[in-house]
Amino acid sequence: MRYYTDEHEWLEVEGDTATVGITDYAQGQLGDIVFVELPEVGAMIEQGKDAAVVESVKAASDVYAPITGEITEVNPALEEDPSLVNSAPEDAGWFFKMTIAAPAELDKLMDEDGYKAFVESL
Amino acid sequence: MTDHDAEDFVEDLPLEPLPLDAWHRARGARMVPFAGYEMPIQYEGIVAEHTWTRESAGLFDVSHMGQLFISGEGVEPALEAVLPIDLTTLKHGAPRYSLLLDANGGVLDDLMVTRWSEGFYLVVNGATKWDDIAHLREHLPDEVTISHMDDSALLALQGPKAFAALERLVSGDTPLASLTFMKGAAFKLGGVDAWISRSGYTGEDGFEISLPAENVAAVADLICEQPEVKPIGLGARDSLRLEAGLPLYGHDMTPDTSPIEAGLLFGINKRRRTEGGFPGAERIIREIAEGTTRKWVGLKLEGRLPAREGAEVFVGEGKVGTVTSGGFSPTLGAPIAMAYVASEHAAPGTQLEVEVRGKRLAATVSPTPFVPHRYHRGN
Repeated sequence: MRYYTDEHEWLEVEGDTATVGITDYAQGQLGDIVFVELPEVGAMIEQGKDAAVVESVKAASDVYAPITGEITEVNPALEEDPSLVNSAPEDAGWFFKMTIAAPAELDKLMDEDGYKAFVESL
Repeated sequence: MTDHDAEDFVEDLPLEPLPLDAWHRARGARMVPFAGYEMPIQYEGIVAEHTWTRESAGLFDVSHMGQLFISGEGVEPALEAVLPIDLTTLKHGAPRYSLLLDANGGVLDDLMVTRWSEGFYLVVNGATKWDDIAHLREHLPDEVTISHMDDSALLALQGPKAFAALERLVSGDTPLASLTFMKGAAFKLGGVDAWISRSGYTGEDGFEISLPAENVAAVADLICEQPEVKPIGLGARDSLRLEAGLPLYGHDMTPDTSPIEAGLLFGINKRRRTEGGFPGAERIIREIAEGTTRKWVGLKLEGRLPAREGAEVFVGEGKVGTVTSGGFSPTLGAPIAMAYVASEHAAPGTQLEVEVRGKRLAATVSPTPFVPHRYHRGN
């Protein structure tokens, strides 16, 4: 099941783990991405707190944890090729995986149709 | 997702549309507030636009900049009293870089001054133009008239193919080829009267074109019809000037920096370095003789993480400076920055560290430009 936030992140939930990245809309807004700063594996991050930083040619942008949980894995490919976030934002350009500490948080997120409507309203 | 970026945003003033506003939007530009206007930050993407300008030719709308015409009895001594320029060596039509300084030698703006037959044509920064006009009005005598040419637009065509593209479109008393770097003349461009100088802010060969605002959309269309040319946004303008080692007012120099600290000695013309007689002369002449405690330098960073404006520079535990501009160089594929550092750490090759979000990045003081200039200086 895929969820979306109003901060333009996506979460793919499989069992008790969520894979997190930024949406195609978000990468389009950021432009050419040159560096992604990822969290430490093992870090416990609360929903809405800083989890990653995306550096484009022009600016640095924060990425917030879409839910509360522990970081279990980060995408090693982004170190070598941060432009994966531009070319495959909702796939190979994922940022990190995390546990789902409070499943109720998922209920407040959007599904794909909800996010689509949200983006169109911007 | 939240941007950290703080732009030159003039608060509390309604954003004004520039003459090419609709033209930019029709070409898919993303518009952002800048210097009190809505301006195009990018069209297809900063890196693509940056590379296109380095390899072909890019058209920049810089109509937010202030174009002033200063004339009247006694204009020459009056201008020399407010600028550290030597007008006796300024030939007709050739733009020269100069500085608007406060009484303490702090930089209020940087600008271009060109002698026209009846007076002087000045191009000043967009974000500072209203303050500049007020400053000039206060410090120039009543006989000297300041005309704000707000019915004129300003374009820049930059890149190795800029000449080929523009030459097709212009006619004048002299061929476009007669202009070398930092020379200018009047031309007809697509039937429109235009003042064209061979100058710019990218480090590439190129031209700056002043023309009536009412004709700018048609002329911009004509220029972009040339196969070498694409429109380029402010984002690439910034990455191009950063690679070219060109300072940006409000970031790399401010009222809190002197031109000598900023490495802008060339903006203080030779005769004025001994004669003085301009605002802040005492401090500036002293700094020329004795040096300054800090200097503006280029930095090359290891890794891929860019250091932005405000990042602190260290040697060991000691803070020795601050980054004033920084980003990722598309040409070098690496982060570059400009910073003020203590003069004892300013020599090229000096190893420093820059702190970004608690992390220390290795940096080396680098000569500027980071990417060599390719100005057309003639044979």
